[in-house]
Amino acid sequence: MSLIRRLFSAVAGAKPAADRPDGGADTTSDARRPGAGPAASARSDLKNSGSARAGTDGARPAKTDPSADRGFLLFEQTGDVIAAERLLRESGYAVEVKGPPPQLRRGCDMVLVCPLMLHAKITAQLERAGLHPMEYVPVSDPLLEPVSFFHVTDLGEWLMVRAANMKITVEKAGGTIVNISGGGCPDVPYLASLLMGRKVGEAEEPRLHGRTLCSYALQRAFEEARRLCG
Amino acid sequence: MWLICGTIPDADFPLTEGGWSYDADAAELVLTERVRPEEGPELRVPAWRGTPALLAAALQTARAMECRPCHALLAGDIGDGDGSAGLYAYLAARLAGTRAGNGAGLEEGREGEQEEGGSTFYGLTFHYLFPDLDGHNRVLAALESLEPRPLLCADAGFMYVAKMSGYASFYDLFTPDAGELAFLADEKAPHPLYTRGFLGEGEADVPALIERANAYGNAARTLLVKGKTDVLARDGRVLDTVSEPQVPALEAIGGTGDIVAGIATALLACRVPMVAACLAAARAGRRAGELARPTPATQVADILPHIPQAVLEAMEA
Repeated sequence: MSLIRRLFSAVAGAKPAADRPDGGADTTSDARRPGAGPAASARSDLKNSGSARAGTDGARPAKTDPSADRGFLLFEQTGDVIAAERLLRESGYAVEVKGPPPQLRRGCDMVLVCPLMLHAKITAQLERAGLHPMEYVPVSDPLLEPVSFFHVTDLGEWLMVRAANMKITVEKAGGTIVNISGGGCPDVPYLASLLMGRKVGEAEEPRLHGRTLCSYALQRAFEEARRLCG
Repeated sequence: MWLICGTIPDADFPLTEGGWSYDADAAELVLTERVRPEEGPELRVPAWRGTPALLAAALQTARAMECRPCHALLAGDIGDGDGSAGLYAYLAARLAGTRAGNGAGLEEGREGEQEEGGSTFYGLTFHYLFPDLDGHNRVLAALESLEPRPLLCADAGFMYVAKMSGYASFYDLFTPDAGELAFLADEKAPHPLYTRGFLGEGEADVPALIERANAYGNAARTLLVKGKTDVLARDGRVLDTVSEPQVPALEAIGGTGDIVAGIATALLACRVPMVAACLAAARAGRRAGELARPTPATQVADILPHIPQAVLEAMEA
């Protein structure tokens, strides 16, 4: 824990961030970005962040670092990040999953980005749900973006949907999941055993049992397959 | 001895090291020789996908080649990393108390002085393990203490963490698909999910990605890139490609990449030199798939029975 706390200090005290490629504007309305689908509409319902974004059309340019009003929650387990994202999106918070800065990487990592002014409220809600963030760290550098596009291949009677390194193949007529391939984290074979042979419109979503970045990618492929064949 | 290290998608599966056989009728792996635990009930594991599929392919290949089958070190893990953590810790301690076979000698094209004792590793293949940087680095430190060091192959989650560690070039063989190659080529991505400009099969400039991955030290010395055309590269340069037979349905079938990695592992364990082993594995994986007459709904267990014939044909070629 002491090492992690030293890393927190290093990250929080790092030099001012370079501008994000998007200039800080909220680009999450792109349907292909993480969280697109059922939860995407929640993004427009961002609860009072106490800090309006600047720099978009018709607004005055930002005088401060556009990411200065955000930070990320760090969890012990990647599965907790997935669960927290689901809970907060269902509650209407515009949270985003990103990759942690290099100083905090341990392996299969994700962090949950949320508004600075809401982090105490969000943390309390998570604690009530049995999810315990280890720390809240202000964003001081650009964070890695998850791959956000789908690739759909028509295989005749089947459709194969790929998101990042995960692929799910579904029978067009009945919506049965016939194969899951790709990935390298150990929950992929486990999730495949839960999903294979089930209807994509009825099966439990991978995020309910997934705990790794591969399961996050599989969730996104699953959502698109459900949209297309469910 | 060659050791395959990976996981079983069952949280209750105990950390197990030993020799296995493949029951093709039941599509199951059967523990036949125990190292750890020394006693216990019969262990049978379905070879549906993941490390069990890789191990089954390796066993089928060894049977065809009539050489000693690989051992396996397996842990139950459903994604929380607990089983993988136990495996990392056990393996690091295990390696610290062993001697290596002369894998490096084979890598250079020389037949090494192989120790056949049970405590000697000629090579290791790492597969579906939770990408844990600390666990990886402990195992790597133990491997570095072996002289000469064994051949090292990595696929799946362990390949991810090997790249993330910055020690990818310590490994002899990675077996990525085109998307995973793009991840290796992105020096900033810690996992394929964060690959910038992630590209899929047919979109990727594979030779350029190989060169970039190698230039940043994020590739093993040999890469077997699995895809519509399989590409074999060494030290950042393409050596050969395999594109026949074309079996488009295989891309959808979970575990086909595991089969290729398993065949390559077994051929290396059978003392086939690296380049020949990789090319034969690429050809045999395709041929075994073809023999199964697959559709996108075919399961990898339907392909495994065809591996012996496919391997023999590939070796003759």
